[in-house]
Amino acid sequence: MSAALSIQQLSKTYGNGFVALKNISFEVQRGDFFALLGPNGAGKSTTLGIVSSLVNATSGSVKIFGHDLASDMTAAKKYLGVVPQEFNFNAFETVFNIVRTQAGFYGMPGTLADQRSEHYLTKLGLWDKRDTPARMLSGGMKRRLMIARALVHEPKLLILDEPTAGVDIELRRSMWDFLQQINAAGTTIILTTHYLEEAEFLCKNIAIIDQGKIVQNTSIKALLQQLDAESFILDISENLKSVPEITDYKVSLEDQHCLLVEVKKGQSLNNLFMQLEAQNISVLSMRNKSNRLEEMFISMVEKNLESQGE
Amino acid sequence: MNNKELLIAIYTIVRREIRRFTRIWPQTLLPPAITMTLYFIIFGNLIGSRIGQMGGFSYMEFIVPGLIMMSVITNSYSNVVSSFYSAKFQRNVEEMLVSPMPNWIILTGYIIGGMARGIIVGFIVTLLSLFFTDLQVYSLTAIIVVTLLTSILFATGGFINAMLANSFDDVSIVPTFILTPLTYLGGVFYSISLLPEFWQGVSQLNPILYMVSTFRYGILGSSDINIYTSLAVIVVFTVSLFAIALSMLNRGKGIRT
Repeated sequence: MSAALSIQQLSKTYGNGFVALKNISFEVQRGDFFALLGPNGAGKSTTLGIVSSLVNATSGSVKIFGHDLASDMTAAKKYLGVVPQEFNFNAFETVFNIVRTQAGFYGMPGTLADQRSEHYLTKLGLWDKRDTPARMLSGGMKRRLMIARALVHEPKLLILDEPTAGVDIELRRSMWDFLQQINAAGTTIILTTHYLEEAEFLCKNIAIIDQGKIVQNTSIKALLQQLDAESFILDISENLKSVPEITDYKVSLEDQHCLLVEVKKGQSLNNLFMQLEAQNISVLSMRNKSNRLEEMFISMVEKNLESQGE
Repeated sequence: MNNKELLIAIYTIVRREIRRFTRIWPQTLLPPAITMTLYFIIFGNLIGSRIGQMGGFSYMEFIVPGLIMMSVITNSYSNVVSSFYSAKFQRNVEEMLVSPMPNWIILTGYIIGGMARGIIVGFIVTLLSLFFTDLQVYSLTAIIVVTLLTSILFATGGFINAMLANSFDDVSIVPTFILTPLTYLGGVFYSISLLPEFWQGVSQLNPILYMVSTFRYGILGSSDINIYTSLAVIVVFTVSLFAIALSMLNRGKGIRT
C-alpha cells in the first residue's frame, strides 16, 4: 500500500539563489500523526509549499497516496487538505461563502457542498458566524475557519502549518482534541509546530529538518530514548548557600531554593534522594528543566551546526 | 476531474466574481453609469448638436455605440485585474492553487466573471443612452459576437496584468496609460476618415478601432472598416492573449515561487 505522502530527493533553490531544500526524502504512512520540526528558515514551509503546489520544486518527486503531484495532479490534490500558517482567505467574504466556495473548487455538487460546509463549520464552532465577513473574526476563529475550509472536501491527508500559533491555551487544547478525533477516524495528519510539547503530545512520528536537510526521521518514542541525559529542577525548602556535595550526579544551584540536576540515561533517582536526605535537604517538588523533546531538538540542531563547522 | 466537476468549478468562480462586483456596486456599476451619462449630455447633446453629422449620422448616434463599447472594454478589464490581483494580495489565490482545478478552468472562470461585468455595464449604458437617442439594431449577430469577443479579450488582458502586477499601482498603469488612450484614439469620438491618410494607417494598428467599428456597424449598419477583417483581427488578438495568459499561469508567474 502506498504511503500517504512520499517525498523523494526533493530540492528547491529559489530565484535569488537561496538553497532551501537539499535533496530530502521521507515518507508519511497512512493514518500517521506526523510532526515536521525545525528551526525558522530550515525548509519546513518550503517542503509543505511544494506539497500544496504553492512552490515549484527544483527537482524531485512528491506522491500523495501514490499519485504523483506532477503527472497525476488532479488525483493527488483531491487527497490533500492544507491549513497554512498565515491567513489566506478573502477577508471580505463571509465565513460560509469561503468554505462553500472551496467545496466548489473541488467540483462538489451544490447540496453536498452546502451540507459539508454546515457540518464542518458546526464542528469547528463557527456556524453562528456563518454570515460574518472573515475579517471580523478573532484570530482563533480565523484559524478554525481555515481548518473547516481544508476539511470540506474530506481529504485523507491534512497538512497543518503551525495551527496553534497565537491561539490561547483553552482553544489549543480543544484543537488538539479535534485533530486527534479526525486522526482516529482515519485522516493522516502532518503538522509543523514551534511548540515541541504539542508534537510530543500529538504525534507518533517525526522528521526534523535543519538547513534544508532531514537530520532525524523516526518515532517520537525512539527519539526520546536517544536522550543521553535529562535535566531536573528540584525545589528545595532550605536556603542553600552553596552546591551540596552529591556524587555521581552533575548538580548546580539555580538559585537558593532550586537545584539543577542532570540525570544520565538509565541512572536511578533513588541514590540522589538518599544523598539529599543524608544532608537534611528536603525536596518539595521536581520538574523537567525543559520539555524533553525540546532538549533533544536543541542538542540535535547544535550538533548539526557543529558538523557544518559554523 | 470529470466534466461535471469542471463545470461546477467554473460556475463557482463565476458566481464568486459576480457576487464580488455586485456587492461593491457603488465602485463597479455606478461610476460608469454616471460618467457615460455625462458624456451623453456634454458631448452628445451640448457639443454634438453643434458638430452636425459624423460618418453620416448625428453626433449622438455616432458616439453612443463607441461609448457602450468603451464601457465593456474598461469594465471587463478592470474586473479581472482588481479581482485577481486582490486574490494574489490577500493570498486567497492559494485556495484555487491547492485545489485540483486545472489552470484553464481558473482562467476561464475569471474571464467569464470579467465578461459578466463588462456586459452588464454595457447594458446599463445602453439603457441610459435610450434617454438621449433612438437605437436601431442593424445586425444583432454583429453586436453579440463583437461584444462577447471584446469582453473576452479585455478580461484576458486584465488577467495578464494582474499576474504581472506587484502593487496596486501596477494595476492602474495599463488602464491609464494604454487602455484609455487607445480607446479615445479608437474611433469612439470621431470617424477615422477625418484623419490624414498616414494617421488612418496608424489607427489601424489599434485593436480597439476594430471593436468600436464592428459594434457601430451592428447598430448603425455603417463602419470605418470591413467587419470581417475586424472580426479576424479581434479573434487573433483574443486567442493570442488567452495562450499567453494560460502559459503564464502554468508557469505560476507571480503566484508561485
